[in-house]
Amino acid sequence: MTPDGPTIVEAGRRLREGKTTAVALLESVLDVAQLTEAIVHAYLTIDREGAFASAAFADEELANGRDRGPLHGVPVALKDNMCTRGVETTAASQILGGYLPPYDATVVTRLRQAGAVIVGKTNLDEFAMGSSTENSAYGPTFNPWDVSRVPGGSSGGSAAAVAIGSALGALGSDTGGSIRQPAALTGLVGLKPTYGTVSRYGLIAFASSLDQIGPLTRTVEDAAVLLEAVWGHDPLDATSYDGAYPDPRAEMGRGVDGIRVGVVRELSGEGYEPEVETATANMVDRLAGEGAEVVEVSLPSFEIALSAYYLIAPAEASANLARFDGIRFGLRIPGPTTEALMSATRAEGFGPEVTRRILLGTYGLSAGYYEAFYGQAQKVRAAIRADLARVYTDVDVLVSPTSPTVAFEAGARVADPLAMYLSDICTIPSNLAGDPAVSVPIALDGRGLPIGFQVMAPALGETTLFRVAAEVERLAGFTARPVIDLVAS
Amino acid sequence: MPVDVDIAYVARLARLELSDDELETYRAQLGVILEHAARVQDLEGDPHVEATHTLGLENVFRDDVVTASLSRDEVLAAAPEARDGYFVAPPALET
Amino acid sequence: MTWEPVIGVEVHVELSTRSKMFCGCAVDFTSPPNTNVCPVCLGLPGALPVPNRRAIEHLMSIGLALGSEVSSRSVFHRKNYFYADLPKNYQISQYDVPVCRGGHLDITVDGETRRIGIERAHMEEDTGKSTHVGLGGRIHAASATLLDFNRSGVPLVEIVSRPDIHSASDARVFAQELRGLVLELGVSDARLEEGSLRFDANVSIRPAGSTGLGTKVEIKNMNSFRSLERAVDHEVSRQIGVAESGGELVQETRHWDEEAGVTHPMRTKEGSSDYRYFTEPDLVPMTFDDAWISSVAATLPELPAQRRSRYQEVGLDGRQAATLAESPPRIRQVFDEATGLGADPTAAFNWLSGEVVSHLRRAGLESEELHLGGAELFELVTIVEEGLVSATAAKEVLEGVLTGEGGPREVASSRDLIQVSDATRIGEVVDAVLTANPDAVAGYRDRGEEKVVGFLVGQVMRQTQGKADPRVVNELLREKLASQPGGTPATG
Ligand SMILES: [Mg+2]
Ligand SMILES: [Zn+2]
Repeated sequence: MTPDGPTIVEAGRRLREGKTTAVALLESVLDVAQLTEAIVHAYLTIDREGAFASAAFADEELANGRDRGPLHGVPVALKDNMCTRGVETTAASQILGGYLPPYDATVVTRLRQAGAVIVGKTNLDEFAMGSSTENSAYGPTFNPWDVSRVPGGSSGGSAAAVAIGSALGALGSDTGGSIRQPAALTGLVGLKPTYGTVSRYGLIAFASSLDQIGPLTRTVEDAAVLLEAVWGHDPLDATSYDGAYPDPRAEMGRGVDGIRVGVVRELSGEGYEPEVETATANMVDRLAGEGAEVVEVSLPSFEIALSAYYLIAPAEASANLARFDGIRFGLRIPGPTTEALMSATRAEGFGPEVTRRILLGTYGLSAGYYEAFYGQAQKVRAAIRADLARVYTDVDVLVSPTSPTVAFEAGARVADPLAMYLSDICTIPSNLAGDPAVSVPIALDGRGLPIGFQVMAPALGETTLFRVAAEVERLAGFTARPVIDLVAS
Repeated sequence: MPVDVDIAYVARLARLELSDDELETYRAQLGVILEHAARVQDLEGDPHVEATHTLGLENVFRDDVVTASLSRDEVLAAAPEARDGYFVAPPALET
Repeated sequence: MTWEPVIGVEVHVELSTRSKMFCGCAVDFTSPPNTNVCPVCLGLPGALPVPNRRAIEHLMSIGLALGSEVSSRSVFHRKNYFYADLPKNYQISQYDVPVCRGGHLDITVDGETRRIGIERAHMEEDTGKSTHVGLGGRIHAASATLLDFNRSGVPLVEIVSRPDIHSASDARVFAQELRGLVLELGVSDARLEEGSLRFDANVSIRPAGSTGLGTKVEIKNMNSFRSLERAVDHEVSRQIGVAESGGELVQETRHWDEEAGVTHPMRTKEGSSDYRYFTEPDLVPMTFDDAWISSVAATLPELPAQRRSRYQEVGLDGRQAATLAESPPRIRQVFDEATGLGADPTAAFNWLSGEVVSHLRRAGLESEELHLGGAELFELVTIVEEGLVSATAAKEVLEGVLTGEGGPREVASSRDLIQVSDATRIGEVVDAVLTANPDAVAGYRDRGEEKVVGFLVGQVMRQTQGKADPRVVNELLREKLASQPGGTPATG
């Protein structure tokens, strides 16, 4: 099958024209899920009951003239690391099997206020640690474009659901590329907003200084719709930005004439697939053809960004995941003492990648190693920010591939953690800087697999970011959809 | 050269009860990852590092106002073991 | 060899804010277990901390009162360790950039004042409460731990002294003085029985006269001033014992066993003190500018040390000033008002520290219930000075004032205590007494018996029911004795 569902914007138009209803939209995405879940496994939990209740309520409100805006009545999915009150939330971990949070994440509250219909909770790499969605305790998600391949990660379930049409849009979280890389590998738009603009309250933390929630959608405009629904100051998150927010739509459609585009020299070369490099270069040429001033820029610190990331993120994770101890919630493996219970529960409850990163983070912070590892990584982070500040005096945006490769074969990198970590090489700098970045699909490679193009902007540069992304989208004219062989199941 | 990690010590700090085989696997993997991560030491210059928010946020506080707590039943319903309104854990030390 | 103990004290003070440090749950220790809890203070997945501004200002007050420097910039850190009553298995605390640095607290023991340096004062959060149940209820014999998280996240200030203390009793006085200070500031209830004030001590010894530092032992689990003193005392003796028997002291943490009166080494696994501090990424830096610091400083009450010097300036001696400085606010208020009106400070102090305090004690009253204003004390001191009432009668006057009979002059007159100083009236009584006691008169006149004067004064006082002014009586008696027929006293 080939999905033929509408985009968020189209669905909104049809709803208001009376051509469909929220319930009908929900039924159609559930039908897709019914057909594809056994093959793709995008969802961990589908909340049929809750979703039908909100869809019916949305129809009632719309019928009564209460219009909550462009998401009203639209079925969307949530990565399963965002807490939903009374709906199982596992972060794809055994340690949270069956966990029912007693509260909603702020993004969930905001989606409800916007009238969105939450279909369910999507699969991810356990605790968002991974780049392939193979590290889920509940089984991997597969790429709808080629089900022998990974959808990327860690927001692979959200990506697969939107790509296949079992949700019209989804929220993911991006710590080192976990929205943008799966978006690239599944032919979607994936946005990591400026750090601090989307509340993290209720997002099960991986690395607090890097985590940011953002949308995965089919179009740039859909991404703006979802972003506008969820971002904004939240007093429950002390890192939440309380100043003026940029307007993502203010310059969409104005083209790129006069926009200064920097091509990052360090994000190319060895390890990059030729077709990815060619597609990227073609898009850069076309942007130049539209009047963009293209320059090559160098950010030497990007060379060691990945190393810094794989010290900082695990360090924060080692503390963030300490609360999973078998005492107050979640899995418990009994033991004669508290320590024995905690150690047994954690060893049993965490999968290998999570265990590996906890060990890595614990080591990097431990006595005698802090300065050489974690402390030094923070210096690299400062250097990256300084490099970016320098470059952004000359250019408005930076561009690169989103991922050095297209979707890789399932299982190909599981045994080699370092090879897996290299999947994030293009996306990590924006997380370390806290800057916004977006992946836009631009082409299919020779095997019919999507290639993503990354646009990066300085903090709070979403207006320019969306302007350039919309132009990339227009120039690419990417309309392909995956084809799923349902018989293969 | 891979970094040599006292993996048993680290696992104990992290409260992870791992078998000898697992410890050995993680020791080898961490050694390789840390060898790559040690490239942070190649950084030229010595940038001044202060913990800062991307957007320069400072002094974020809440007012001293009481807000609603959770219902105890709901809280304890998620607990592996509860008794008389308390969470229950084994003793801190071997008895 | 004689040994000198070197002691540093760490005091944890729970602040009396309405809500917790990082969430809106009530700070209330009377609630049933686990009823003041939320995702934040239970450490549930996804919850985030937001700091309580008032708690930070309370810490600033403590720092300012201790003469600390309030840092221009400060951050929170995570202190990582696993414990069942620490929900996140890290404590949000402060590490190398605390809110307050330096300062001192003066303690006075036996009239001698010693200055104890303050290393730092920082902000952190409290843990939940573990109750160990099972065999005997003692920690080593517990079979289960009951966890209540009502206390989890209550704002906690940690104040660390420099190792400037050299005796167990000074350690106790330091802790008591600090308690007085936080009570004065109104930032904590400082109830020891509820654990809102807790102490740790770092103890080492060195040969008297040397300046090096010995092996430091940390002792924990002292929950009263008495147990702090006992524990330090015991630990000092233990260390001297080890040192003198040629043993080696090890750096360790020891647990004070209140019942046995000894310290035990804590059973800790290797590496448990590797706290892996790093900057708390869920919080942003705090900056303190002059405007904020001075606005907090402006709310500070007068502190005991400041009061002591003020009282000395008005004329009390050191001991009196110290006593009054530590007296309840109501007593100090009466003193300040009375002396403000012009009452003699020493007289006012004597009345308050003597008669007034014992009256309160006898009547079982709190000082707030005192029925005496500053104006009344001033009046009382004045009528004694004027000779309107005798010192003895004045006590009765006060009694009447305190029991609500009216102002001092009113009571003096209604109780008929006004002293007679009219020479004519007293003269008549003196004449009558001399006439009635010819032997006494003769004893004075012929044999110069000085004691006779006392006897005769007593007779006059008795005749006047004590209302005659003794000075006037004395003068008149001597005058009249000298002019008695029969000549002059032999001693002349
Ligand atoms: Mg402390
Ligand atoms: Zn709370």
